[in-house]
Amino acid sequence: MAGNPMVGRSAAGRRTAIALLSALAIGGAGLARAETAMSPEQKAAEADSAWPELKPDLFGDRPLIDGTDTVSIEAPKRATDPAVVPVKLSFDPKMEVRKVTLVIDENPSPVAATFDFAEGAGVAELSTRVRVNAYTDIHAVAETADGKLYVTKTFVKAAGGCAAPAAKDPEVAAREMGKMKMREFSSDDPSLHEAQLMIRHPNNSGLQKDQVTLLYIPAHFITDLSVEKGGKALFTMTGGISISEDPSFRFKYRADDAGPFHAKASDTEGQVFEKTFDSGQS
Amino acid sequence: MTRTILFATLAALILAVPMPAKATEPLAVTEIAPGVYVHHGEVAETTPQNQGDIANIGFIVGDDAVAMIDSGGSVPVGEAALAAIRAVTDKPVKYLINTHMHPDHTFGNQVFKAAGATILGHRRLPAALGARADFYKQSMREQLGPELDDQVTITGPDDTVAKERRIDLGGRTIVLKAWETAHTDNDLTVYDEKTRTLFAGDLLFMQHCPVLDGSLKGWLDQIPALKDVPAARVVPGHGPVSAPWPQAIDAETRYLETLASDIRQAIRDGVPLADAVPEAAASESDKWQLFDDYNPRNATAAFAELEWE
Repeated sequence: MAGNPMVGRSAAGRRTAIALLSALAIGGAGLARAETAMSPEQKAAEADSAWPELKPDLFGDRPLIDGTDTVSIEAPKRATDPAVVPVKLSFDPKMEVRKVTLVIDENPSPVAATFDFAEGAGVAELSTRVRVNAYTDIHAVAETADGKLYVTKTFVKAAGGCAAPAAKDPEVAAREMGKMKMREFSSDDPSLHEAQLMIRHPNNSGLQKDQVTLLYIPAHFITDLSVEKGGKALFTMTGGISISEDPSFRFKYRADDAGPFHAKASDTEGQVFEKTFDSGQS
Repeated sequence: MTRTILFATLAALILAVPMPAKATEPLAVTEIAPGVYVHHGEVAETTPQNQGDIANIGFIVGDDAVAMIDSGGSVPVGEAALAAIRAVTDKPVKYLINTHMHPDHTFGNQVFKAAGATILGHRRLPAALGARADFYKQSMREQLGPELDDQVTITGPDDTVAKERRIDLGGRTIVLKAWETAHTDNDLTVYDEKTRTLFAGDLLFMQHCPVLDGSLKGWLDQIPALKDVPAARVVPGHGPVSAPWPQAIDAETRYLETLASDIRQAIRDGVPLADAVPEAAASESDKWQLFDDYNPRNATAAFAELEWE
């Protein structure tokens, strides 16, 4: 796991690199712990221990308000595939959530993604898929317009999602990289719209070793994403290696702007993928 | 007298303790056709107790040489397979053929390399095994236990097959065929022309729930070509040692088609991945062993693949 060369061209890349470095320091202690056999319950208890160190790194001494419905999180208790773990975040419509940070405590790079919601976008729900490398808590920290932080968490049993090779078929993955698809879903609630953005990208974790050179294959992932509707911003994301291959973002929102979706993504190699979607087009 | 027994016991203990080189008990094999031997791997997940002996592996004996097909899920299984060959013939084991990258088929490779065999695999096997080597060593440590895992040096092929290769073992020719992405991206089959026996590797699962680690569409697309192989019998990667061909693949085809159809329906209906997975291929649940271990994972992979159609 160690020695992963990080490409830090963008601010997001640097942030991820910092998160990764701090995770490596924490991970060192984790290796020592792993020497003794532990039951899943003990592991679960141990897994919680990364958070007290992560929390000040990420949020300083700002208080995190727990036990409200401002943000809720859903993920399977036991993941069917550690490289594709669905996570759903929901936000209380009465609270004006403007930012959410998704933290997979025990991952090599714990901050999976930070989403910024535009004013008036009314993002009510956001689902993505993540890699999970060890039994871990997943925290979601939401920031409301008044600057308060709200936290929730769930525990997921999964292992090996980051170290697992990204693509089942690397030749196809290379050929298809950068393709984007947008789906819109009908909704029972006319004030709430639902759509899904999908991007073909290996989102390589950089945690696999080339067996010939014995060097780690450089991480290659989407660092920044922005999604607009009718020329107005809905949300942006800065992401890291914990977002699964072929990133998917399904979201419910209240903004009523007519006009097409537009998505722009950039990755660690400086490539930019951009597309305007006519309504209903996928 | 007592002292003699004590000495004898001590001597026996001293001799017994450092004996990793003890004569290996050969794997049980069945001669399913003249000169074609198959060992039945348990339909189970790898555990320290079964030593990763969970895949069917076998060998074909020619007039001049022997070809081993897959090496088992650990070094002791590979050694026992080699002992099984030696119980049948003294001819050189010239080839070890890997049907794909998975540990239960490749973790005994080093035994055959040391015995002088040339290891052959699909053109994409080296990259697939290379990308997963660390991951496999780590994940198999939990499944096999540290002792068995430590013995394994992940050993890739010496030569690869891009499309097809014919190998003369003396008096019989075997045909190696590299397939497009299906169970994995490096599936290879071995066909013995003399007895019309097809070693399908994990392109064919029987009894054991099929495992999707490549492409569901690719797998389904190639089943007709696979069925066209003029074999009389097939050796599945998991399941019985031998079964009539091509009807042996009917159950797997039905499972893969059901999975694809259920997932496609969920995608059309706008059902999210998390909700689609528990329902997918539910009608197949009582037809396979290890269904709950593999079907949810297959469904997740299928969803991620098919939503790009």
